[in-house]
Amino acid sequence: MNLPTFLGGVHPPEGKALTENKAIEILRPTDPCEFVYPLSQHIGAPCSPLVKKGDAVLAGQKIADAEAFVSAPIFSGVSGTVKDVAQRMTIAGSVETCIVIESDGKYQKAPSLLEELGHKPEPSEYVKLIRSAGIVGMGGACFPTHVKLSPPKDRVIKWVIVNAAECEPYLSCDNRLMIESPDEIIRGLEYALAIFPEAKGVIAIENNKPEAIRIMTEHNKNSNIAIMPHKVKYPQGAEKMLIWSVTGQEIPVVPALPADVGCIILNTRTAWQICKAIENGEPVTERVISVTGDAVAEPKNVQVPLGISVRELVNFCGGFKDDPVKVIAGGPMMGLAMRSIDVPVVKGTSGILCLTSKLAYLSEEGPCIRCGKCIEACPMHLEPTFLDHAVRKRDYATFEAHLGMNCIECGSCAFSCPASRHLVQSYKNGKAAVNAERRKAAAEAKKKAEAK
Amino acid sequence: MSEKLVVSTSPHVHSEFSTRRIMGMVILALVPAGITGVYYLGLQSLCVILACVIACVLCEWFWNKYVMHRKNTINDLSAVVTGLLLAYNLPPTIPIWMAICGCVFAIIVVKQFYGGIGCNIVNPALAARAMMLISWPTAMTTWTLAGMSGATPLAAMKAGSEVNLSVWNMLAGNMGGCIGETSSILLILGGLYLIWEEVISWRIPVIYIATTAILGSVFGHGMACTEIITGGLLIGAIFMATDYTTSPMTAKGQYIYAFGCGLLTALIRKWGGYPEGVSFSILIMNVAVPLIDMYTKPKVLGAPKNNFFKRTEAKS
Repeated sequence: MNLPTFLGGVHPPEGKALTENKAIEILRPTDPCEFVYPLSQHIGAPCSPLVKKGDAVLAGQKIADAEAFVSAPIFSGVSGTVKDVAQRMTIAGSVETCIVIESDGKYQKAPSLLEELGHKPEPSEYVKLIRSAGIVGMGGACFPTHVKLSPPKDRVIKWVIVNAAECEPYLSCDNRLMIESPDEIIRGLEYALAIFPEAKGVIAIENNKPEAIRIMTEHNKNSNIAIMPHKVKYPQGAEKMLIWSVTGQEIPVVPALPADVGCIILNTRTAWQICKAIENGEPVTERVISVTGDAVAEPKNVQVPLGISVRELVNFCGGFKDDPVKVIAGGPMMGLAMRSIDVPVVKGTSGILCLTSKLAYLSEEGPCIRCGKCIEACPMHLEPTFLDHAVRKRDYATFEAHLGMNCIECGSCAFSCPASRHLVQSYKNGKAAVNAERRKAAAEAKKKAEAK
Repeated sequence: MSEKLVVSTSPHVHSEFSTRRIMGMVILALVPAGITGVYYLGLQSLCVILACVIACVLCEWFWNKYVMHRKNTINDLSAVVTGLLLAYNLPPTIPIWMAICGCVFAIIVVKQFYGGIGCNIVNPALAARAMMLISWPTAMTTWTLAGMSGATPLAAMKAGSEVNLSVWNMLAGNMGGCIGETSSILLILGGLYLIWEEVISWRIPVIYIATTAILGSVFGHGMACTEIITGGLLIGAIFMATDYTTSPMTAKGQYIYAFGCGLLTALIRKWGGYPEGVSFSILIMNVAVPLIDMYTKPKVLGAPKNNFFKRTEAKS
């Protein structure tokens, strides 16, 4: 069967069998415990706290927000008392300002967003409602959804694509969500389509989720929405690859966005959240997480209130049955290795992957043998080894000239590198250095302009 | 339960490929052809093979330990591959000391002087063979088979005499030639194994061999079939032209490179001074690889089409 796909990519071991048939279980601890909410859970401006120490909060109450357009408010997942606004370690390993809430275990709900609005929302109010519900890309990137849904006026949106590829190995939370609540996802997409009258809807699913494809196809009654199975290949779910295989269009090099080729991409859970926000006025307070890997006793898909500690989540899944060497927030290809499991779950946490030394890759770096496997694997058609050499020589001009800034950090190159070069690390360094130089140049230009 | 967690950049999983594994598979693919070589050409061949492998590994070990004082790279098995390839390209009657000189040249001069694995600009085994061919022309072109000395089919063709060997003998390796280059069937099987395991792609061997065969017939040098199964074409196209370090990295570059190898081989076989053109063709194309790589950069997704004549220059 010739399914749509892209050029390049790799086939990492899927590891989905651990959780793909596990129904979503709900974990809402009733014992009083701490829930922690970092003020920056999205791309864009961090929020400022709206509550202070000692305040009582309800589940679904807004506890932090920002004025900036590119930002999203944060909601408490539990009812209880604000214990502190303090520096805590986040899932990314950095220490940031967090709101700490002592839960009372009762989950008393705050009034819904619709009650505040007072009427059934019109399509023109959807974007505003989506912002006030704090919806961000729930696949991991956490780009605020209302920003995506507000493309520049001159861009005609022709496609709204729900990214249900879930190409990251081991994760199956989107798969379960499609099997267990297909209608919400389809309705969420319909609401997004209502904002863009000229757009067609597509739900793109990798072909290794036959049950999800069957159920979504059965439940889809909308002729404007197509369920599109895709070839199983990593990173099928990357924005640019997905647009290429669905529409045949290439997004121009950075800083172009999907909207520049008339596309908007939403994660499965994001579509689900849009449906909940518009129908019930529910903000983002919970999410489904795949807790999996060979170090966990009982891998599960768990729906948890945000802010819960990862340790709590692991304990709910029977704890560790083997010494974990790496605990990863997200999937094995792009996820972040965690320093400690005493950190809170945030909006973008799609998985907690606990690997033992058997599966976690810890090999030493060797010299590049110019095999070209990275070039074959790169879905962006960059030359990873060439860029890597440039970065290591601190030749950032060459890195930039050869479009290194377009790297999507999918890890396909490093996955296939026989010499286990730390290629992704290199691009991250290169990109950071180029961005720092750009910021410096911009600041100098501003200074000059002010001096005149 | 210990919770000592390792923090590193993604990805956290890896394909089963490693440099050592790849070299291991190349060795595995080379062994059957070597066994036939020993079977038809005598135990002396085995001595040459062992001497070359041991000498190459020792050179690599010595250089890393006593000269560069860096982590030893003999574990990646690349020195073993170089040793095997060099031995396969030598006649069985070669004096052992000459073979060892070749190994020293291959590993120390060609590979390590340029920085070791991944940095050499020409194939070490081929460069060593070329050096030996120039230094000891008689020893390098004296062939014996079953105690009888005789010309290789290509040398006979060069001299204008009839090739009176059955195709079966040529396929199986029962003919004059270097230790590892004679058994066409086993070399092809080894190549198919490497392609199947995705160690090498089909592009370089297939295009190289096809170009030589077609041009050989066009130039009126010999039958396409004889072109392919005689001389070092198969071992060269499958095992030496595909050497990662000295071949282009992109598909487009590999097409150009393989065609260039084929063209040069056909030209040398027909009009050159040597009966055999594979080593020199590959060496010449090796040197062209950086240029080919520069002009065959893949088009980045979303970038405008590459202009062939306009290189992407770094802004300074």
